[in-house]
Amino acid sequence: MTLRERIGFTTLAAATGALVLLVFALLTYIVSGGASVLSWEFLSQSPRAGMTEGGIFPALLGTFLLTILTAVSSVPVGIAAAIYLVEYAREGTFIRLVRLSIRNLSGVPSVVYGLFGVGLFVHALDLGISILASGLTLGLLTLPTTITASEEALKAVPRSYRDGALALGATRWEAIQTNVLPAAAPGILTGVILGLSRAAGETAPILFTGVAFSLPKLPTGLGDQFMALPYHLYILSTQHHDIVRVRPIAFATATVLIGLVAVLNLTATYLRARARSRMHA
Amino acid sequence: MKIESRGLDFFYGTAQALHGVTLGVKTREIFALIGPSGCGKSTFLRCINRMNDTLDGTSVRGMLTLDDADIYAPNVDVVKLRRRVGMVFQKPNPFPKSIFDNVAYGLRLGMKLPRTELEGRVERALRGAALWDEAKDRLSASAMMLSGGQQQRLCIARAIAVEPEVLLMDEPTSALDPIATARLEELMQSLRAAYTIVIVTHNLQQAARVSDTTAFFLHGRVVEVAPTDTLFTRPRVKETEEYITGRFG
Repeated sequence: MTLRERIGFTTLAAATGALVLLVFALLTYIVSGGASVLSWEFLSQSPRAGMTEGGIFPALLGTFLLTILTAVSSVPVGIAAAIYLVEYAREGTFIRLVRLSIRNLSGVPSVVYGLFGVGLFVHALDLGISILASGLTLGLLTLPTTITASEEALKAVPRSYRDGALALGATRWEAIQTNVLPAAAPGILTGVILGLSRAAGETAPILFTGVAFSLPKLPTGLGDQFMALPYHLYILSTQHHDIVRVRPIAFATATVLIGLVAVLNLTATYLRARARSRMHA
Repeated sequence: MKIESRGLDFFYGTAQALHGVTLGVKTREIFALIGPSGCGKSTFLRCINRMNDTLDGTSVRGMLTLDDADIYAPNVDVVKLRRRVGMVFQKPNPFPKSIFDNVAYGLRLGMKLPRTELEGRVERALRGAALWDEAKDRLSASAMMLSGGQQQRLCIARAIAVEPEVLLMDEPTSALDPIATARLEELMQSLRAAYTIVIVTHNLQQAARVSDTTAFFLHGRVVEVAPTDTLFTRPRVKETEEYITGRFG
């Protein structure tokens, strides 16, 4: 190895090490800050005594339900749009424009989605400040990610899978259904889960559309308001009347939120790895 | 004539790839298309099952018939055409499914066969493609685990499972080793009893060994069509002679 190479590799290794160390330090800081209150009860109980005691169950449930609504509202539309763009649409100025818009939408700040959600779902469609309005807003937010990830997954399916099916007398849709989608599914799923895990941590889009500071009871319908982890964390860290006292609870909430996102991402990784090994086995 | 082409022109956009191709393929013969790369032989092959339809901006002029019926007539159902005209591709393209599901793929399209009949037809197709003995104990294993030669025979099994009349083969052995190639050529000899086969090949010895009739393509035109023996021993046209003696291409 020449000296130049050695310097280069050392620099790269140091950069990687620094990053790992940073993440590790951050996790340690957060987890140790909340360790004193983390327990099963913390996950399963409601906040008590002005959030200074009890757990985060309503926020956890709210984020869970919200993520389901986000998935239901964005995944089918997103995959359908990707199928159209990749398999059916003929390249042209219009399609290029559509694609460009989708790419740009994924760069729009989430607070803009929040305001759009207020205008469209809360007022124009009269859904009110509700978990449904929030779910749809987050659905819109994840749509560009879902479409782009699905498009990439579909494009990665070899042409021979399509041609092979067509040559056997499959219609275009049959070829897509039986040959292209199964092969693209792991990639699509990974993109969808990553998109949802991002949505689960968003605050701005739900802030105006449905999330509540604190609720005496759990949501029972789509028209109800809800509590959510990211917003709960925000309240505990900046808006609470006794911030110092609830600090451990804030740290523990952050731990749960990070854990939730990590679980989602690991699921995505696992599904992708499993599908890949099954595909090539 | 099983397949007849008269004055067939083909265009990719404005680029003309075939110029007035005229030739006839008899029932249950093996018909070889030879010629240098880019001469239009694969394009012609893909006209017969209209696989070129999947590319944007292509167009056809002239006559191409299967059993005297125009392949490009507006009322032709492409799906039905492709069930009559099967295709084997250059690179083995098993689907990422089990061996059984690969062979059953075409049989499951648009119809629901009873399980026992499906199994019977899968077995018959695998036997027909000389793959049954190697595959019978692992039908549910992934087709991706087969060797290249086995994969190509699987693709043939998949194609003949739907009982087509014509088999198109686009350089089917170019990705295979010599032993797998020999097996596939043997297989073609047994398939000619039931199917009309049109094969594109870069391998002149292969064309000489397996085919009954050979057409030599050059720059999108048919230079010469003749019984294989004649074409390889007494070519009429100078270009044919130069090509088969290895002076170009």
